[in-house]
Amino acid sequence: MSKFHDARRVVITGIGVVAPGDVGTKPFWEMLTAGRTATRLISSFDASPFRSRVAAECDFDPAAEGLSQRQVRAWDRTTQFAYVAAKEALADSGVTGEADPLRTGVMAGTACGMTRSLDREYAVVSDEGRLWQVDDAHGVPYLYDYFVPSSMAAEIAWLAKAEGPAGVVSAGCTSGIDVLTHAADLVRDGAADVMVAGASDAAISPITVACFDAIKATTPRNDEPETASRPFDRTRDGFVLGEGAAFFVLEEYAHARRRGARAYAEVAGYAGRCNAYSMTGLRPDGRELAEAVSRALDTARLDPSEVDYVNAHGSATKQNDLHETAAFKRSLGPHAYSVPISSVKSMIGHSLGAICALEVAASALAIEHGVIPPTANLRQPDPDCDLDYVPLVAREAAVSTVVSVASGFGGFQSAVVLTEPGRRQ
Amino acid sequence: MTAELGRTPETGTGRPGGSLRPVVTGLGVVTPIGLGTERYWAATLRGDSGIGRITRFDPSGYTSSLAGEITDFDPARLPNRLLPQTDLMTRLALAAAQEALDDAGTDPRTMPDFAAGVVTAASAGGFDFGQRELEALWSKGGAHVSAYQSFAWFYPVNSGQISIRHGMRGPSGALVAEQAGGLDAVAKARRHIRDGTPLMLTGGVDGSLCPWGWLCMTRSGGLTTRTDPRRAYLPFSPDASGYVPGEGGALLVLEDPRAAAERAAPRIYGQIAGCASTFDPRPGSGREPGLRRALRLALDDAGIGPADVDVVFADAMGIPALDAAETQALAAEFGPCGVPVTAPKTMTGRLLAGGASLDLAAALLSLRDQVIPPTVHVDGGDARDALDLVVGGPRPARLRHALVLARGRGGFNSAMVVRGRD
Repeated sequence: MSKFHDARRVVITGIGVVAPGDVGTKPFWEMLTAGRTATRLISSFDASPFRSRVAAECDFDPAAEGLSQRQVRAWDRTTQFAYVAAKEALADSGVTGEADPLRTGVMAGTACGMTRSLDREYAVVSDEGRLWQVDDAHGVPYLYDYFVPSSMAAEIAWLAKAEGPAGVVSAGCTSGIDVLTHAADLVRDGAADVMVAGASDAAISPITVACFDAIKATTPRNDEPETASRPFDRTRDGFVLGEGAAFFVLEEYAHARRRGARAYAEVAGYAGRCNAYSMTGLRPDGRELAEAVSRALDTARLDPSEVDYVNAHGSATKQNDLHETAAFKRSLGPHAYSVPISSVKSMIGHSLGAICALEVAASALAIEHGVIPPTANLRQPDPDCDLDYVPLVAREAAVSTVVSVASGFGGFQSAVVLTEPGRRQ
Repeated sequence: MTAELGRTPETGTGRPGGSLRPVVTGLGVVTPIGLGTERYWAATLRGDSGIGRITRFDPSGYTSSLAGEITDFDPARLPNRLLPQTDLMTRLALAAAQEALDDAGTDPRTMPDFAAGVVTAASAGGFDFGQRELEALWSKGGAHVSAYQSFAWFYPVNSGQISIRHGMRGPSGALVAEQAGGLDAVAKARRHIRDGTPLMLTGGVDGSLCPWGWLCMTRSGGLTTRTDPRRAYLPFSPDASGYVPGEGGALLVLEDPRAAAERAAPRIYGQIAGCASTFDPRPGSGREPGLRRALRLALDDAGIGPADVDVVFADAMGIPALDAAETQALAAEFGPCGVPVTAPKTMTGRLLAGGASLDLAAALLSLRDQVIPPTVHVDGGDARDALDLVVGGPRPARLRHALVLARGRGGFNSAMVVRGRD
């Protein structure tokens, strides 16, 4: 199978995060390495009629983050998260003013787009579901921006003064990896030198909670919200809905070097596959996810034994964690039993399309700091999940190669390989 | 900068497939003027119009009332089990996918594992399905929301359902750039072929004709409020008043030319020769809008100059300022009236994420039959000094390269060049 030829390599030179807990990359990393959880009972609406009432919410005050009154009022929370995260990433990279706007692009990922605003505004124009012919008189002027999630990419492009390729990548719960790899493709192709790319989802709303209730994908552990997300644990019973955003500045390696930028990590390889099996279910053998991991390592020209850390999807559904464990064994061979694997969803929940961008941020920070974030709440290991999931406590380790994976509705399976800059020849 | 992006050397892309240009070996088309490629094409050459007053619901309470509806699609063409879990746009996409694969004479299930993938364009997901579930939630409670809602509305639903139905396990996903996404998805599929996946199904089929979707669309500010279908969507006309949305689109089978030759593919419509995307600077910045740059970069990518382009399928927004910007970009690149320009979408309306893919299909059919389909409902009179708009009927021509332009609301610009067979 193919390997990247590396005529143009891609590095991460800026990171921005909005995650459950305090806003910003630093508090995010402190929380993860402390093994602290941000899951709690839903506070943003009355969730009492629902089966699962737990979520990982962001304590996000848009005005305090510098958004204008218009942005606070007109933008969906997903766009607000994306904007704040992209702004932090740009500032972190120092690329503003140092890149040609014509060679700068934007890719945003999302699974649910502006669901929260659409849910809220639908309730108004339909008089809470009474009118099929929704009422024009009550439709706010921003409805079209909620209708098409590409409006989010447009706002970030203006922020970044980007006039290169722009758009939204959506593949459900793999969106956060797929958007980065698509952006990296554009840099490798020469269509851009700099891409501001990441993913955002803020879909904690009645329709989302009802959707996941309907298929019992989310945990009903409402009496223990702080420990409700239990990846790889015997007592796991579904994921905790989350929200958040992570954005990155991806930059062509020589471009970053020329301006003396710090690189967190190289986006060294990636691959996506599809299980063609079910819109929601997973084949127990993990074959397609394993194939994505193998091909991602192959494109990075790395051997499975060289992987220092696996950032797992680890959603804490019964099915996923078995599927994923099987996929790691299949793709990493004996090394699967010794490599540290962890799921940050145990702490910040599952923010759908955004989560794997947040996980890539955690992976890059693991390389930067030499610390592997733990899997919180893993107190009673599932005997069928028999790998090293770094339970409860963060671990210091030299990390120069990370594989981060995602698995989602639609059957999409994605893997990305990050390496310490300069590691690969 | 242009030179840097120009004819990329085989080794310069960092891809094993280098700069190879995939060929289109199959088409599947679903439109308001005809289901199926040949029916659509015959209707297009006749200049049929599929625009009319909305029948799916009563549009009288809304500022706009015209759309390009598909009224003759029979969902019984699909397996029963798929019906409760699919929005109309997904059913249409499944029909188009089947047609495209049949047309290409291939069945991905018989191919090696991971050798075929699906990348589609989306705009708003399965909105009609979504409205029904929102209604259930708000009027009856959360327990009444369908178990299928979690994926029936989401943006990559068409990719997921097509991959399952046809056993396509290669790289897959969806792109959203409003109307420009229909070309961006094809560009992404091309990249996957260059990375070693022999076959990709790509393009867009879209539609959101339900009251809730319609209310959202009227807030774009771009829809015409006229009620006479013949005087409604009039791009490049002084009488332009906005556009008419529609539903449908096209899916294309893209193949590595070597793989297509090896299996003796029954037909090759043409080659995806070049593509590029740009984003407009913030209005008022004084910087040049990105459409012309997108088209120039696409020509560079195809390794051709403006003189090689034989026809342009315009974005044709139907909004005076945007029509003027497109006219200007074309005149600057090709000279005034330097190339025939057409907008067959005047017959179907603008199909959201499906529109640009349908234009791509129309461009390939033009290359096949050496004829340019007309733009209807306008006479091109007032733009005559700047634009050679094909009106009044199809125009036979020697065609080797067609350029397709698409813009998405907010500032997205995409351009794609297709090359016919020698």
